Amino acid sequence: MSFLSVDLHSKTYPNSVCAAQDLRFAAKQGEFIAIVGPSGTGKSTLLNLIAGLDTDFAGTISYPPQTTLSFMFQEPRLLPWLSVADNIRLVLDAPQHCHDSARLARMDTLLQQLGLQDFRDSFPNQLSGGMKRRAALVRAFVTQPQLLLMDEPFQSLDEPTAQDLRQVLLKLWAESQPTVLFVTHSLNEALLLADRVLFLSPRPAKVILDYRVPLPRPRPQATSGLQSLQAELLHEFPALLSGLLTPPTFSQPHSP
Amino acid sequence: MNTNHRYVRVLVLGGFLLAWQLLAVLLASRSLPSPLAVLDTLWQQLVNGELLFHLGVTLLRVMVSFTLAMLVGVAIGILMGSRKAWDNVLDVLLILGLNIPALVTIILCYIWLGLGETAAVLAVALNKIPMVIVTLREGARAVDHDLLQVAQVYRLTRWQTFRSVYLPQLYPYLFGAARNGLSLIWKIVLVVELLGRSNGVGFQLGNYFHFFDIKGILAYTLAFALIVLALEALLLRPLERHLNRWRS
Repeated sequence: MSFLSVDLHSKTYPNSVCAAQDLRFAAKQGEFIAIVGPSGTGKSTLLNLIAGLDTDFAGTISYPPQTTLSFMFQEPRLLPWLSVADNIRLVLDAPQHCHDSARLARMDTLLQQLGLQDFRDSFPNQLSGGMKRRAALVRAFVTQPQLLLMDEPFQSLDEPTAQDLRQVLLKLWAESQPTVLFVTHSLNEALLLADRVLFLSPRPAKVILDYRVPLPRPRPQATSGLQSLQAELLHEFPALLSGLLTPPTFSQPHSP
Repeated sequence: MNTNHRYVRVLVLGGFLLAWQLLAVLLASRSLPSPLAVLDTLWQQLVNGELLFHLGVTLLRVMVSFTLAMLVGVAIGILMGSRKAWDNVLDVLLILGLNIPALVTIILCYIWLGLGETAAVLAVALNKIPMVIVTLREGARAVDHDLLQVAQVYRLTRWQTFRSVYLPQLYPYLFGAARNGLSLIWKIVLVVELLGRSNGVGFQLGNYFHFFDIKGILAYTLAFALIVLALEALLLRPLERHLNRWRS
């Protein structure tokens, strides 16, 4: 039984460019799915459609109606005039959550867990990029979402910080097991984080490969399995990241 | 840095008064009383004259028409800045409103509504509203839609979105409109009082004008200036600093 099912017949931008056509996939509850594709193929658009930020498309996107949804954008998008704690309190005061008496305790725990307890009264402008991402992570997880959409959230961070945050994310995900859609252009990041990786074609986007990551968890950052898996995938489909499935003629695709 | 700023303010003000005093002494003319003489008149008016009464009446008119102008102007400005259709419909009226001379509005209000308090306050507000609209329309056009998406995704109520996400983006524009507004409204209120009220600073200035009482005129002006400076220093600037503390 799938939790989220996306059946996108077509999505056309106002300038009549076709962003996606016959893009279909489903996600089980608690599954971590990475979406990889060439830039400009409408990965962000896909997340916006699922979040309901953009309702202009043909097809159906369905998940249970009472689903709590969180979205981590490319930029942290904290409200600059609210302190870290107030940013998080704001989403907790939404009608969906304001009757949950454990919400503030949960916020405190998360702030503590992510090392933000000393920054709860700081304004976002006073935080480093990594700290802002952490605050955005707290905001995303504090509502205990069933569906979490992430749009290249660790882009434009230095690699050690990004690695740190990936581990934080995995830990938070393991604790509450939301269904995650994680858009990235880094195959390495996708293989490290996800249960499944969906590879998209260039515009109009569709799924060209639905790949189950055969690595056990936990996966340390520098695991050799990760490197060899990435090499293997790219060997099999050299143009995969540009959205093309053209297996080299000299090697046969794996048969089951 | 901040104390430096304060020094500069005091220094400029002091220099201005000194220049005035020197000029008054040099000219020794009835048309230019010295600041000390004006201060003396101000004190006498304050103690046994009607200054406080007239000042109070004027201040009340300023407050009412300012509030009215801000409320209406902010609402229409946001509407025009966020809805293209409304912008198209109201733009012509806005341009007319911006350019009709204050005096015309005042006279028409008095003729149509009678020489009463309603007409006075309405005339002042009508003169101010178009400027508030223009400023707030700019603000509403510059609102960051990325942040509104955050509000939408996390399902904030309309009120939460307005109060915590939308309105803070308009603060600089609100302050701009308020400052401009006060300065314009002071000016227009006096004209309105001169033309059709029997109390208020404008009415008093009219009286002094009849008798060429320059000391009286300058005393009232000084009282006014002091109030403006106090409002800025005690209300507007601290409030602005509080709301902008996240920018540091």
